[in-house]
Amino acid sequence: MEILVCARRVPDTSENEIQLNSAGNDIERDDLVYSINEADNYAVEEALQIVSRVGGSVTVVTVGGEDDEEILRREMAMGATHGVLITDDAFLGSDGRGIATILAALVKKGTYELILTGIQAEDGGAQVGGMLAAMLDYPFASLVNSIEVLEGRKLKVSREIEGGNKEMNEIELPCVLSIQTGINEPRYVGMKGIRQVASIPIPTFGANDLGLDPSLVGAVAARVKRIDYFVPAVGKGAEMLEGSREENIEKLVELVTAKGGLN
Amino acid sequence: MKFWLGQWKHPRYKTAGIIHVLVFAGFILLASRAFGLILGISDHLVLPDRLGRAYDIVRDYATTVVFCCMVFAAIRRIVFRPARYAVPRKFGKGHPADAIFLLALIAILMLADSLYAASKAAFLAQQNQPTEFLALLSLPWVFKYLLSTASLTSLQDLHLGAYFAHDVTFFFLLCYRPFGIQFHVETSLFTVFFAKLDRGTVKPVRWGVPDTQLDQVNSFGVKTFEDFTWKHILDFYSCADCGRCSDNCPANAAGRPLSPRFLTIKARDYAFQHFPVFAKSHNSQSLVGNIYSEDEVWSCTTCGACEEECPLLVEYIDKIVDLRRGLIDQGNVPQSLQKPLKALESRGNPYGKMEKKRADWAKAKDFQQLCDVKLLDGKVTADTLYFVDSITSYDDRIQSIGRATARILSDIDDNFGILGSQEKDSGHEVRRFGEELLFMALRDQNIQAIKASGARRIVTADPHALNALKRDYKDLPPVEHISQTIAREVRRGNIRFSKVEDSSKVYAYHDPCYLGRHNQIYDDPRSVIDAIPGLSRVEMRRCKDRSFCCGGGGLMLFYEPKEDERMGVKRVRMAAEAGANVIVTACPFCMVNIEDAIKVAGLEGKMSVIDLAELVDQQMVRHEPATVSSQHPQRIAHREWTLEPTTVRGG
Repeated sequence: MEILVCARRVPDTSENEIQLNSAGNDIERDDLVYSINEADNYAVEEALQIVSRVGGSVTVVTVGGEDDEEILRREMAMGATHGVLITDDAFLGSDGRGIATILAALVKKGTYELILTGIQAEDGGAQVGGMLAAMLDYPFASLVNSIEVLEGRKLKVSREIEGGNKEMNEIELPCVLSIQTGINEPRYVGMKGIRQVASIPIPTFGANDLGLDPSLVGAVAARVKRIDYFVPAVGKGAEMLEGSREENIEKLVELVTAKGGLN
Repeated sequence: MKFWLGQWKHPRYKTAGIIHVLVFAGFILLASRAFGLILGISDHLVLPDRLGRAYDIVRDYATTVVFCCMVFAAIRRIVFRPARYAVPRKFGKGHPADAIFLLALIAILMLADSLYAASKAAFLAQQNQPTEFLALLSLPWVFKYLLSTASLTSLQDLHLGAYFAHDVTFFFLLCYRPFGIQFHVETSLFTVFFAKLDRGTVKPVRWGVPDTQLDQVNSFGVKTFEDFTWKHILDFYSCADCGRCSDNCPANAAGRPLSPRFLTIKARDYAFQHFPVFAKSHNSQSLVGNIYSEDEVWSCTTCGACEEECPLLVEYIDKIVDLRRGLIDQGNVPQSLQKPLKALESRGNPYGKMEKKRADWAKAKDFQQLCDVKLLDGKVTADTLYFVDSITSYDDRIQSIGRATARILSDIDDNFGILGSQEKDSGHEVRRFGEELLFMALRDQNIQAIKASGARRIVTADPHALNALKRDYKDLPPVEHISQTIAREVRRGNIRFSKVEDSSKVYAYHDPCYLGRHNQIYDDPRSVIDAIPGLSRVEMRRCKDRSFCCGGGGLMLFYEPKEDERMGVKRVRMAAEAGANVIVTACPFCMVNIEDAIKVAGLEGKMSVIDLAELVDQQMVRHEPATVSSQHPQRIAHREWTLEPTTVRGG
């Protein structure tokens, strides 16, 4: 199965202290470290597992700049067959719809049967997967937390439903799925793996290569624009229980029961 | 020679050790004659008369002692059944019959040997010919006495029969040996001879391949049995299954799925199955997932208790590290370890904290006024570099060890400084968790920063950093642990202590694995503690080279093991058993583990833990009166630290 995974490089929330810049319209980016968006990493792992069962190839694509090549290499070190970097000055400032338009153009150029995205980018809005499916007129399932390949170009996927329930679906290929974290346990990428793929050339596509009209993407086409960025005021903190150990235990059980934590 | 002929490690277990030493000595003595006997050359060792006679007497006793040892060992195996020989069901079946069979074979050898000598002596005695002297009360002497009335023909038959029985048993044993634990008699010679002697080190990814050419090595670590080095495979064959390693293994004691003994036994069983004598060898299979589990491989804290104990010097840490290298190479790493490894790669510390905040511990307001720590950035230089390492730099609780260390260094007028944001994690656990290339990247950055600092010596309060800088790094200025520095200054009279405030407290020193076993620093910390007036100290049952690991350091703090009881809780209980209510340690990770364990064990208020540097800092008589005052906020804070929440921890 030819699988395309759409990935994105984001500031790593576990390794950064996110602060607003002085202008207040973005975060301070000087000291940030970036990594692949966590949900996208799960999507790549899932793709690799599918390919190890039924054969095929995994291509990881990202829309961005030179710096973003780093995550493609990381995913190739994980086992992805190809990496594709889509970069063009015309793409700068794209909103979710713009990104979906760019990705749709790439899908049309290839022979991908399954397109995976992460459920959402850590700094994004969980829009691209659905829009991409609509633009391609492919079926779409979101919040996918298991995939089984069936006979006759079909997949059986389960979706996570509020409250921890699962919904089972059959979906026809080609399709787009947005992958929930926790669907698998992504493998570790060591320094050795990264070094081994360090010199593999990564193809780069621009607007011309994809046959895209620059007026449909980038800042000019963006219909959603970020106008502010702020840290919400700190709300009421944790409730501290004060009393003897027995009283505290009793109170805690009461609170947890009231919130539906104990049945 | 010390470990083979000297049997150095055997008496660590008294009963079994003494039996082994006796049997070993007996075998060595008997071997010379046995070779003569079986070859049928002569029934005498060719020695000058008097020496020959002396040898005969010693030999008679040797036979007797070995025979008695066999009987005693059999009784021990059958009746007393020491717990460490037991085989838990998860590790397969034991081979008790095998052990008894071996004991019986050796006993038969001894009996046959004695009968051979006794029947000859009785025969000659009956004919009134001069007989050789049989040692009083030895086995041959007893037999000779019993046979004194037997007929000459039967004596002759017995003489030949004993010779025959001895030969058959001997040759049977010789052929049977490679299939059981008795093989260690031969293989141990080589295992011990080729044993690794440099403590605290980890074997390279591949012997003979320099760091710079590692890129050409396709597969790292051990994935299949054949990936083990020949020495490690020899270890498998040499293991005598005595169980001393697992008896001392803290992971095994805590109920983790690891037992060093079965790491070896399972590999040996695998070898017998897959490389049979009379059939083709099978294809190599992945070890993890087949005979080993992932949790088994990650459960080891590399504390070294098993290696310290093994009489045959079997190596375990290198095998564990090699298995981990294999897992890392396959991307098979627990999720809980992936984040810290990634953070080490991007930020140089496992917590993902900002590099520029690495020296923030030294900027605490109260502290900086008293002790201004220099940042060695190339422009500012110092004689001594204090290598802080990640946990002391970032963990709220552990930062106080850093501050105590800095105050001590400053009070002994040491011209010292730190690397600050230039310092990266020492990578000690990165290497021991199998991520060799990441370790090398961290190491190279540190070496460069240390050299640029111009320091002439390095001090650290973290035994893991000490071990990394001393053993894993090369071409650095001399490195020492702060306990060594303090001990020296105490000896020189530069550090004096005030009397302890509460002399009813009883202190016990917990040996950190990487200070004690791996670096042999046992006495310096103790001498420092003992130099404090009014302080009473006891030893725990397991101390010094038998110290019990409190749970492991570095990345081990992030690993979530499956276990019945935390190692730290066991350790805290040992301290309580010894009658102590203050545990002194000299390692930041021990502090984390023991402090948590005190809470888990429900001993809060009854037991406390303090780092050696903190204790010294607290008891030191300062040069300037202002810093001696016990009213100083820093002093009071000491007692409150245990109550503070910690922000940086694993998990």
